[in-house]
Amino acid sequence: MGRECTRGRSKPMDSHLILRGLERCTFRKFLGWILPWIALLAFGVYAAGRCLVLGLNQTNMDNRFAFGLWIFLDLTIIALGAGAFFTGFLLYILKRSEMKAVINSAVVIGFVCYSGAVCALFVDVGQPLRSWFTFWHPNVHSMLTEVTFCITCYLIVLLIEYVPIFLKNRKLRQVPSFLVFEHELHKLTYVFAGAGTFLSFFHQGSLGGLFGVLRGRPFAFRPELGIWPSTFFLFILSAAAVGPSFVLLTTWLVSKISRKVLVRQEILSQLGRISGILLAAYVFLKCVDTLIWMNGTSRAAGFDVHEFYTYQPFGVWILFFEIVVLGLVPAAILLDSKKRASMPWLLSAAALACAGVALNRFVMTIQTLALPTLPFDRFLSYWPSWQESATFLGVAAYGVLVYSISFRYLNLFPQERELAADAAARREVRR
Amino acid sequence: MVIDLDRCTGCGACMVACAVENNVPPARPEATPRTGITWLRVYQIENRQPVPESRSAFIPMLCQQCGQDTPCASVCPQQAVEADPRTGIVDQMPQRCLGCRYCMAACPYHARYFNWWDPVWPKGMEKTLNPDVATRMRGVVEKCNFCHGRLHRAQAQAAAEGRRDIRPEEYVPACVESCPAGAMVFGDLAEERSEPAKMIRKGGTVRLLESLGTGPKIYYKTNREWLREIAARGAPGNGPGVHAGKEQANG
Repeated sequence: MGRECTRGRSKPMDSHLILRGLERCTFRKFLGWILPWIALLAFGVYAAGRCLVLGLNQTNMDNRFAFGLWIFLDLTIIALGAGAFFTGFLLYILKRSEMKAVINSAVVIGFVCYSGAVCALFVDVGQPLRSWFTFWHPNVHSMLTEVTFCITCYLIVLLIEYVPIFLKNRKLRQVPSFLVFEHELHKLTYVFAGAGTFLSFFHQGSLGGLFGVLRGRPFAFRPELGIWPSTFFLFILSAAAVGPSFVLLTTWLVSKISRKVLVRQEILSQLGRISGILLAAYVFLKCVDTLIWMNGTSRAAGFDVHEFYTYQPFGVWILFFEIVVLGLVPAAILLDSKKRASMPWLLSAAALACAGVALNRFVMTIQTLALPTLPFDRFLSYWPSWQESATFLGVAAYGVLVYSISFRYLNLFPQERELAADAAARREVRR
Repeated sequence: MVIDLDRCTGCGACMVACAVENNVPPARPEATPRTGITWLRVYQIENRQPVPESRSAFIPMLCQQCGQDTPCASVCPQQAVEADPRTGIVDQMPQRCLGCRYCMAACPYHARYFNWWDPVWPKGMEKTLNPDVATRMRGVVEKCNFCHGRLHRAQAQAAAEGRRDIRPEEYVPACVESCPAGAMVFGDLAEERSEPAKMIRKGGTVRLLESLGTGPKIYYKTNREWLREIAARGAPGNGPGVHAGKEQANG
C-alpha cells in the first residue's frame, strides 16, 4: 500500500498519476512494498504453471478428495468479495448514500476476489481449454452451470464497474473521450448495480447449492425449498452478511498501513451494523436448517448425524464453533451500538464473522469429502501440496497488488481528500 | 447386475479383465490407491469379531449405474455424463469432460476416477489395446460403463443381421465373463425372464446405500446375515462391531 510520505519532502516521482489532494508515499517506498508481492505472485505463477503443464498430479487431491484447498478458498473469497455487490445494492438500489465512501474500494475488492477465484478455477480443472464447453453444452440442471454463467457475467459487470474508477485517474482524465465515456458509463451504474446484485444472488446461492444438491453426500445434502436446496439461500445470506464486514476490515487495514484516515468512523460502524443484522438472520436460519437436517434429511438418508461428528478432528466442536463462536457472538457484538463504537470490538467481530464464513465453506467442501459414505468406507484426510498452497498465495499476491496499485493511483475512498484537508486545517489551527 | 458375495473369492480377475478390456493404463510408479484408476475395485471387509467368530468377505465395487436422480449426471455442467434410459447404463463422455470433478464429489460409491497423469503403456504393450475403446487423456474423468465397446459391437452385429435387439449372450461385460467363481450375473433387469431379475425376485439381495434414493442397479446377494447387515447400512459407524474396509487397488 505504501506509507504516507513525510510532510515537507519532495513529491513522489509518479505524482503526475496521483490524484490532487491525495498524499502518497515516495515511489521507491511503494516499490519496496510491492516487490515482495510481485515475487510471491511469480512463485504462484510458477506453481500454477507446473499444475497446468505437468497436470493435477502436482496436487495432493485424489479420486476421493476431488476438491481441495482451491475450491475451499474459492468459495471463501467469493463470499468475502460479496461486499462489492451488497454495497452496490445498498447504495444504488436502497439509496444508502453513506456507502459512497466505500463503494469504489468494495468494487476493487470484489473484482480482485472474483478474478482471483476464476484464475484458481482455471488451474483447478483438468482440461482448462475446455472451459467454454459449459457455455456450448450447458446442463441446465447443474448448479455448476449456474455458477459458471453467473460468475462469468458478474466478472464482466465488475470490470465495467471498475472502468469508471480507473478512468478517473489523473492522467487518464486528461483524455476527453475517456472522460465522456466514464460519464456515460456512470449513468448506467444503476443498471450494472442491479445486474450485479441479481447475478451475485444467483451465483452465491448456486455455490451453496453445489453441495446442497449432493444426494450422495448426506452430510451436505439439504431438502429443496422450491427448486433450490436450503444451502442456496444460506450461502446468499452469509455472503451478504460478511461482505460488509470484509469491506470494513480491509478499509481499516488499508488505513493502518497507509497511516491515513480514509472514511469516517460512522461508516465503519454502519457497515458493522448491516453485517450484524444479516449475520443474526443467517445464524437463526442456519440453526433451523441444521435442526431439520439432523432430525429429518439425514435420517431419511439412513445416516445418524451423530456419526458425522465422531471422526476427529471434526467433532461437534466444529458445529458449535461455526454457529456460536463465529456466528452468534459476532452478530451480538455488531448489533450492540456501544460495542460497535469501539474499534477493537468492531474489528474483532468483523474478523470473527469472516472467519465464520470461511469455516462454513471449509465444512461444506473438506469435511463433506472427508466423511465416509459406504458402510465399509474410511474417514479420509488431505493436506495440500506446496503447488496448491503456492498457487493460492499467488492469487492473494495478485489481489494485494491490484488493490495497492488501485489505491495509489485511483480514488478508492472519496472521503479521503476531504478528511485529509480537515486534518490539515486542524493542524494549522493548532499551530 | 447381481453379484453373489458368497461366491466371490476376491481373486481380482474382474479387475484385471476390466482394465484390459477398457484400455486402462498401468499405474504410474507415483500413483497411490487413491490416485490410481480401477473402474472395478474389490474391497475386503471383516466383521471384526474375535476368532472363531471372525469372518471376512469381498465386495466388488463398480459404478452402480444409478437410475434415479443419477447423482453424477445431474451435476455435470456440460452434459458429459449421460444416463441412457433405453439401456439404463450411465455413460461418461471423456471427450466432453472438463475435469471439474464435481461428479466425483457427487458419487457416493467413489466409482469415478480422474486421470491424474497422461496414460502411458510400456513399449509393445500398446499393441494389446482394445480397438473398440478409446483411450482417455489426462485431466478427464472416467468410470465403468458396462463395457460399452462390447455393447456397441453386439449392436452392430445385430444391425448387420437385421435385428433390432441384441441377444443376452451377445453382450456380457468383461468382469462378468472373467469371474472364475461365476459370482457376477449380468442381464436386463427390466426383462422379467433375465437371470438377474429372477435372482432379485427370489430375495436375499441388497443394494448399497439404497436409502439415499439413487436407485442403484447393482444388487449384492448373500446369505450371510452379518454381511447383509453391513451392506444395508448407511454409514460405517464407530460403535462395537465396526466394519473396516480394505481396498484391493492398483492401477
